[in-house]
Amino acid sequence: MANEVIIVRAHKGQLIGEPRIILLPGATPEEICALIIKEDASVVICGGIEEVHYQYLTWKKVKVFDNIIGLHEQALKLVLSDKLKIDTILPG
Amino acid sequence: MTMGKSTIIRKADLLHVLDGIPHGIAVLDKRQRVLGLNRFLGALTGYNSEEAMGIYYDYILRSNLRHKGNPLQSVIETGESTSVEGDIINRRRQKIPIRFTISPIKDSSGKLLGMVLTLEDISILQNLGKKIHDISHVEGIIGHSSKMQEIFELIPMISQTDASALVTGETGTGKDLLASAVHQASKRSRYPFIKVNCGALPESLLESELFGYARGAFTGANTDKPGMFRLAHGGTIYLTEIGDLPLPLQVKLLTVLDDKEFFPLGSSKKVKVDARVIASTNRDLKKFVRQDKFREDLFFRLNVLRVHLPPLRKRDGDVRLLIDHFLDLLNSNLKKSVKGLDQKALNILLNYYYPGNVRELRNILEYAVTVCQGNTVRSEHLPKYMASSIKKRPSSIDQGSEADMGALDNNPECPDRASESISWTSVEKKMIMDTLMKTGGKRGLAAELLGWGRSTLWRKIKQHGLE
Repeated sequence: MANEVIIVRAHKGQLIGEPRIILLPGATPEEICALIIKEDASVVICGGIEEVHYQYLTWKKVKVFDNIIGLHEQALKLVLSDKLKIDTILPG
Repeated sequence: MTMGKSTIIRKADLLHVLDGIPHGIAVLDKRQRVLGLNRFLGALTGYNSEEAMGIYYDYILRSNLRHKGNPLQSVIETGESTSVEGDIINRRRQKIPIRFTISPIKDSSGKLLGMVLTLEDISILQNLGKKIHDISHVEGIIGHSSKMQEIFELIPMISQTDASALVTGETGTGKDLLASAVHQASKRSRYPFIKVNCGALPESLLESELFGYARGAFTGANTDKPGMFRLAHGGTIYLTEIGDLPLPLQVKLLTVLDDKEFFPLGSSKKVKVDARVIASTNRDLKKFVRQDKFREDLFFRLNVLRVHLPPLRKRDGDVRLLIDHFLDLLNSNLKKSVKGLDQKALNILLNYYYPGNVRELRNILEYAVTVCQGNTVRSEHLPKYMASSIKKRPSSIDQGSEADMGALDNNPECPDRASESISWTSVEKKMIMDTLMKTGGKRGLAAELLGWGRSTLWRKIKQHGLE
């Protein structure tokens, strides 16, 4: 159901390069999962995700932070400092 | 719903009232942020009203509404309610199929203050299997109007008994669907539902069709034939067009209803059957009784439970709901991607008279979706006869005999079709006169505006004495 994804690379809590924004009009959850695996992502931050896709990504050793509501910059900052928790409504 | 802007949701009373409604309800401001959720929606999504307050609705619902033509935006633009099916993913990672209905909240001057989003969990229907889902859903018994809600409340009640039932209503109102729904909801649902059209066969054939025959009963009867009543044993036999049942067969049907047994044609052996009888007609059976075309005793026997399906024009708000439902259905059946209708086309559809009821609406939309090459149905995609004939009944006619008729009526009269036809004749006459005045008497132009051929207009002018 996501219309776009933002992909960032980081090392030791620091961003590397510019974030990439990919628009995904009408992409299925399976297509988004395939993109995550193709991009070799180790962490996914999202709002809602179905159990089956959550289990699939976890099985693929991707750490999923779901039920996150808030600005992506803020979520990113928290995940880089290892402070983001699943199921969080961020202030602001 | 009309409220002052400042009081739109602040009163705890409103949320308290909404908590009592067995559907998920979200109240949104016009920027689509949550002002409140009722308890049911809280349970559905996993977010309570306080958590969700001020957050953009879709961060809470996680729906696929934006992929369904963004109906919230369309409500903001048109101010009209809309309904669409989709799903949400809740906090517990469950995907739930939902029917969304979005209605505007306006102040007394008509200015949009916000929206009410109603979410009906339709997963139960889907889990019951496609058969049940088809009946209550795909085949079209849907409606939010109070008249249809009365019908929905009646279905379980009628299903619990084995008494004969009579379904009346104009053509295209869904009599067959209702009969089928009653059967499916009854304890007989594991047994057959047999439909027989009493108006489709001549008397002799109909008798053998209904009651069967024994081998040798007549030339060509080489084997026993069980007949529809025996096939429906344990289940339901549905007799449509019961008003067309010939008088001799009416006697035989009455015997079956009373004794639950009959003699097949040419047989001396009685056959016992246990089949529930549901009959339907679009005719005025009482009038037929007065004219000696229908037996009074059979009428009373069938009329034990009587359901009258309202015509579409009496079902407030259902036209819009059915438009959305059929567009979804037709998009998937015809592999099209029509998102909706423009305001002009919508106005025509909302104000049309629908003599053919739901069936006619579906056919109109099928035509429009087939003709439409883009993703929005415009007025020119509608059948030509509609564009120039907004046939809404005058309000005085709405107060006619049907208006006070309940859904279940033990002393009913069928809609007075004669008076309807008189009304339509006068509406048509006025329409022709208005168009001719508009065109300064130019008949060619008037015919074009009315969407008729010149000869049709000429014939109608003559018919109405407008020469």
